[in-house]
Amino acid sequence: MKVELLTTADDHRIAKLAAMALGLTLLEAVIPSPLPGVKPGLANIVTLVVLTRFGLRTAVWVSLLRVVAGSVLLGTFLAPTFVLSFSGALASLAALAAAHTLPARWFGPITQSICAALAHIAGQVAVVFFWLIPHAGVGYLLPVFAAAALLFGTVNGIAAAYLMARLPAAQTAPCAA
Amino acid sequence: MNPLTYFRSGDWLTLLLGAWFTAWLAATMWHGGAPSKAVIRAGGQLFAEARLDTPRRIIVPGPLGNSIVEIEPGRARVAADPSPRQLCVKQGWLSHAGDAALCLPNQLSVELAGTQRRFDSLNY
Repeated sequence: MKVELLTTADDHRIAKLAAMALGLTLLEAVIPSPLPGVKPGLANIVTLVVLTRFGLRTAVWVSLLRVVAGSVLLGTFLAPTFVLSFSGALASLAALAAAHTLPARWFGPITQSICAALAHIAGQVAVVFFWLIPHAGVGYLLPVFAAAALLFGTVNGIAAAYLMARLPAAQTAPCAA
Repeated sequence: MNPLTYFRSGDWLTLLLGAWFTAWLAATMWHGGAPSKAVIRAGGQLFAEARLDTPRRIIVPGPLGNSIVEIEPGRARVAADPSPRQLCVKQGWLSHAGDAALCLPNQLSVELAGTQRRFDSLNY
């Protein structure tokens, strides 16, 4: 018996883009971090490009697939780390959905990236506080996380803007697949 | 490549708001709550709760001798203690809610309590 999965060009594109983001996630897992939770979040560069080029729906798919597949590869699937990644990603996507509606003439990927990064730590710290460590001491780390989010959010935003300026639209356009 | 060319005018605004938000977080989170009283325990028992409004010295007896806790408006410290290593004395003034000084040999602890206290203790 042969089972055939019907896949669309859209599915293929999402898979390719998620694989790219996954590569960056694995690359980043090797980089030592001075403080647990402070990471550059390079995979979000892919999410930002996808958001601008393919829209919110594809960005949500790519981001969540990346989190799930990344946790399977890193061995943290369904562990607290995974829950933190997932809640961070959901919060980020909500922020991206909001930032995406801002007029593109004034607000670019950098704004989206900063909003997503700040929402990411907000989502994670909320889960840490309400689920893992219900202690006010968690708040002591917030300014550090926020500063890191601001820095990496800005850098990732610039990287995404740079990529989009370099990559011709045709290479990533919806119909090119 | 000049990274600044990728900023749109609103992006600067976002960056500025983000920086302001971070600074605000640091100012709020690191300031700590204002302490309202010092909780002094000796030998595991509550010895005194002192409001941090008027300066005074409280003498707390312990197994090694008397410790002296000094209270000033908004802060408190262990001014003298017979413990050999003087750790709690060297800790100096406590001024944020949640700060604590422990003199284990003399079984004394001084903790500043804020206006609200949500937990008695936490275990992991």
